[in-house]
Amino acid sequence: MILGLPLTLLLAAFGSTTAHATGVGDFVVPSSNAAGVQNCVEPTEYMRRNHMEVIRHQRDTTVYGGIRSTKHSMAGCVTCHVGYDAEQKPVPINADGQFCEACHDYAAVNLNCFDCHATIPEGEGWNQETAAAHGHQLSVDGAQHGAVPTVAQVPETMPAENQDQ
Amino acid sequence: MKDDNRQVDSDRRRFLGAAAVAAGSVTGGAGVAALGAFSAGLPESADASPRTEPVTDRHRWGMLVDTSKCADGCTACVEACDQENGLGLQSEPFGDNEAKWQNQRAVWIRKVKLQDNASGHVTNLPLMCQHCEQPPCVNVCPTGASFKRADGIVMVDRHTCIGCRYCIMACPYKARSFIHERVEQKLTRAPRGIGCVESCNLCAHRLDEGKTTTACQEACTAGGHQAIMFGDLKDPTSPLRQALAAQPNRQIREDLQLNTGVRYAGL
Repeated sequence: MILGLPLTLLLAAFGSTTAHATGVGDFVVPSSNAAGVQNCVEPTEYMRRNHMEVIRHQRDTTVYGGIRSTKHSMAGCVTCHVGYDAEQKPVPINADGQFCEACHDYAAVNLNCFDCHATIPEGEGWNQETAAAHGHQLSVDGAQHGAVPTVAQVPETMPAENQDQ
Repeated sequence: MKDDNRQVDSDRRRFLGAAAVAAGSVTGGAGVAALGAFSAGLPESADASPRTEPVTDRHRWGMLVDTSKCADGCTACVEACDQENGLGLQSEPFGDNEAKWQNQRAVWIRKVKLQDNASGHVTNLPLMCQHCEQPPCVNVCPTGASFKRADGIVMVDRHTCIGCRYCIMACPYKARSFIHERVEQKLTRAPRGIGCVESCNLCAHRLDEGKTTTACQEACTAGGHQAIMFGDLKDPTSPLRQALAAQPNRQIREDLQLNTGVRYAGL
């Protein structure tokens, strides 16, 4: 939680040199699916401060409960935020200048998610698209199918999943 | 996170409680026998859809391996497992000795050949995590990383595994592997990293997606052997339960009374 404020400042600083998604302070890799949608699975402000809590909550839901196909899955983060090079090959999301690394490097916050987790979408047992095909509403659908970007359902309050933390 | 753990624990207790009631039953093991009552109105499972509710103890996943059908020299199940779970992506550390690497790389299924010295009879079988009802690896884990999921799958939570390898020592089946080196290539469905222990998880990602097959079973069937049968031990109508009832089968090291989820026929 201590990360929240510095990250916000840093994101504002990044604004001048990197792509804008919807407004000042947003940073997404221009070639990623995320660049085409209006906001993340939760409101941008919320994700900026709490993405680590969301991921940590989901990891237990997944490991112990076997629930993999929700919008808070980290595989979903990678699928949507990974950038692509000129040959349309995905660039590891923790590579220099990519979505995760750019911020974490600037803030000097070490992240070890990718010691174990895949850095590009590869070999998913399921993915956001199959999940969507089964009726799970995900805000990234539009981008992945090249359709008009859909806006995430923005809850008034914290997402229900996180209330019991 | 702590709340989550508590919830899982209570599920486990209910499961164990139900199993205890049936302990001493002869067929299929305690957990199996307890289930008939539970499994009546299952919303099962032929239509594959990703799960949205946490796993429950209404299922217990298990296997029957018919060793008489397991072919000598065939490694289809091992290769399928390597591919499904990204084990083939491990790379040998530079300058390492090949024999040492083969000894050290993570393996989820081992093909084991047994020979009866008196008669000369040879038995082949795949040996993987036996998904015990009373798993020694869970008992010894100092952090709770080694755990049994509500549906009976024994697995490792890498987020809390500290790599002490106590579980490797405790497992009577030598089923667990340790990741010694940095892993460069990972699959989304099979995270893997230095310093953690891992073992067969019955292709949990497939089950969570609504499928009811494992990679090894598919490969064995595709290879024409049909030595591996996978299914729900708690569903009395499942082909697995019927096969278990139809032919003699046993647990490996049944003297330890672990009530394994993987059973072997022809041993």
